[in-house]
Amino acid sequence: MKSFLKGNEAVVMGSLLAGCQSYYGYPITPASEITHAAANYFPQLSRTFLQAESEVAAINMVYGAAAAGERTMTASSGPGISLMCEGLSYIAACELPCLIVDIMRAGPGLGNIGPEQSDYYQLTKGGGHGNYNTLVLAPNSVQEMLDFAIIGFELADNYRIPVIIAADGVIGQMMEPVTLPDPVKNIPEKEWALTGDKRAEYNLHTSIFLDHDQLEEVNLRLDRKHRQIMANEQLFESYRADDAEIILVGYGIVSRQLKALVNQVRKQGIKAGLIRPITLWPFPSKAFEEIRNYKALRKVIVAEMSNGQLFWDVKAALDNSSLEISLINRMGGNLIEDQDLLKEITNS
Amino acid sequence: MGNKILKKSEAFYDVFFRKPGDEKKSTTYCAGCGHGIIHKLIAEAITDLGMTEKTTFVSPVGCSVFAYYYFKTGNVEAAHGRAPAVATAVKRSHPDSYVICYQGDGDLAAIGTAEILHAANRGENITVIFVNNAIYGMTGGQMAPTSLLNQKTATSPFGRDEAEEGYPLRMSEIIATLDAPVLVARTSVHDIKNIMQTRKLIRKALNAQKDKKGFSFIEILSQCPTNWKVKPEDAQEWMEKNMLPYYKREVFKDILDQAAPVPHPKPRKEIAEIVELLALPEFKTRKDNGGETTLKTIRRETKFKIAGFGGQGVLSLGAFLCELAIVNHYHSTWIPSYGPEMRGGTANCSVILSPEEIASPVVQEIDILVAFNHPSLVKFHSNVKEEGLIFYNNSIINDLSEIMPYVRRKKIQLIGVDASNAADSLGDPRMVNVAMLGHMIKVYPYFQLQQADLLLEKKFSTKPRLVELNKQALRRGFEQDEMENIV
Repeated sequence: MKSFLKGNEAVVMGSLLAGCQSYYGYPITPASEITHAAANYFPQLSRTFLQAESEVAAINMVYGAAAAGERTMTASSGPGISLMCEGLSYIAACELPCLIVDIMRAGPGLGNIGPEQSDYYQLTKGGGHGNYNTLVLAPNSVQEMLDFAIIGFELADNYRIPVIIAADGVIGQMMEPVTLPDPVKNIPEKEWALTGDKRAEYNLHTSIFLDHDQLEEVNLRLDRKHRQIMANEQLFESYRADDAEIILVGYGIVSRQLKALVNQVRKQGIKAGLIRPITLWPFPSKAFEEIRNYKALRKVIVAEMSNGQLFWDVKAALDNSSLEISLINRMGGNLIEDQDLLKEITNS
Repeated sequence: MGNKILKKSEAFYDVFFRKPGDEKKSTTYCAGCGHGIIHKLIAEAITDLGMTEKTTFVSPVGCSVFAYYYFKTGNVEAAHGRAPAVATAVKRSHPDSYVICYQGDGDLAAIGTAEILHAANRGENITVIFVNNAIYGMTGGQMAPTSLLNQKTATSPFGRDEAEEGYPLRMSEIIATLDAPVLVARTSVHDIKNIMQTRKLIRKALNAQKDKKGFSFIEILSQCPTNWKVKPEDAQEWMEKNMLPYYKREVFKDILDQAAPVPHPKPRKEIAEIVELLALPEFKTRKDNGGETTLKTIRRETKFKIAGFGGQGVLSLGAFLCELAIVNHYHSTWIPSYGPEMRGGTANCSVILSPEEIASPVVQEIDILVAFNHPSLVKFHSNVKEEGLIFYNNSIINDLSEIMPYVRRKKIQLIGVDASNAADSLGDPRMVNVAMLGHMIKVYPYFQLQQADLLLEKKFSTKPRLVELNKQALRRGFEQDEMENIV
């Protein structure tokens, strides 16, 4: 049974099927359909939908609901995510699970509502204050918007960490056929939750530790968790890369363009392949360790709708390699022209 | 009564084990501070009302940031000013639990004004205890929004000047103007009489929450001798002289008698019903619905651009085309132009239909352009591939001179469809997109009208009139003479 949904609607359906009990949000283009769908479906299922007074309030409501033990979520776009970074730091510090969807638009400042991938740094390097990371998933289809919501809640619960779905405006806005899976069963009990009964009597969520050693211990604990995630949760897609002379790197909508181009130029006899990061944090450095061993590989082309934010992570992952690495990018809400990519591939 | 006062409340920990350092029995509060008194009143109230096990305490940023050292309840520490937002969600997660949101004046009346006003305005079933001591405590005696005129603080060293810093905020009076709160009062803990009044009001507020009556707000004027720079024993006099004349102690709002308990909503649907609603009809094969069997097969990826004015149904036509493709077991993708264009400007969408999985949904070179107005035709015609196809709304597009050189050079087939007139003849100009689709299906016979009918019936299941209108429009477009329209 297929449904034809927008990415923004699919992520809500995925969350509902994952047992998400509450949605706290504030409207912003191009993420508003998420709030609309949540407003439609959550109350019908007797789950909580609340339009907050700001993104600042929304993320703090998510903090409260997560502390209370619910699967909970919010969604926004760049300007709103900036406001949420304060709350995100607290949520990460208290090691609370939640899902945050960022439908990235063009910035900086108010920018415009066209698609970009320029929240990459903000999302993958923490975003708020202090030493923390969040797990960042980058879907490239409507089906993945749905599936990653389900996977996202699982990862969030397993590691007690906020999970962010980072999609560019196109992935949020586009429609594709999707299959809706069965609702998730057996969501684990959270013994640390503020359940408002006897179980919660000693439960506490706080991020203030005046004792320096105690706070350092908190940081070290987070560090250990981050390292565990980096070791175990890297996800990437490798497409026709094994024998490639040129490997294209991109995520989100860009990776779809790249995949089509790989198919196209392969027909012309150019051996191209694709590495698509699926987790943006942890960065899939394993993919780049692997491609170092590819005999035929000469060049890596990073394509992104931002100012080289992904490029520098790829560059770092390929440190000390003799491979040529180039960047093809567009900003301001523009998609990358297939022609520009084609030129870069054929000239390589 | 007497022995209760002598005994430590059960809602306090016996030993403050979370407090760092060796001293685990004393609090972090200064001598003469009002927080201790207020904590005690709250702890005794929640014990006496039998709420201890069911209470979650939300601590603010400020001197009471460590309230969780003392309260033997569930505890969560909020960012500066955000306690009411956190409390909102904790309560909504567990509507039968009790949530106490404890905030100081910097937290509630400066950085958190949005959160407190909106939580109050929504009538969240929580109790807010607002401790007003007219100064920032923890950060070292800076001016608070509630600091009094001429009050000297670290950031108003020459005294608060209304011309520069405005007037002390009276939060209770502001909150009391809202419709939703059920109890709003200001009280004080500067002497025994007022402490007893505060005790009464805290219990009243907690009882209101217990009875699910809604939002209660108790502002408590409290001492901060350290930052007022007076001796603890002089704090009472300072309060009487400076605070009490400006901040009236009274019950500003009490509608507990009228307030009805808020029931928890019952589910109206199961998730399976929503999933079912979103599902497209299923046909086993492309020819599986008893209609015509002369359908053509889409053999390769076909890229459409559909463009026109906002309101011409450009985006929904694209989506409808995709749905037709999906029920016929094709792959499809749809990307809209989005944002302000939707509100009256131009709109377009990119659609791809394919027998195989679609790698990229981005349409830069067009196989089939569907143009509903002149600007769209001009804008996109030069992206149409050689031997491509253009459907255009010839009801309103009369001038083709601009595009003809390209069209001829690239051998593009140009098909005029009298779509707007077809829609107008049905008395509903919104039908222009469906009329266009009708003709597209005729020229591009990959789908059946009956399949479109079935999709329409599902889509507008609650609006039978609209289904009928759409079916008619579809047929008006379909029945238009094909040959006459070809340029």
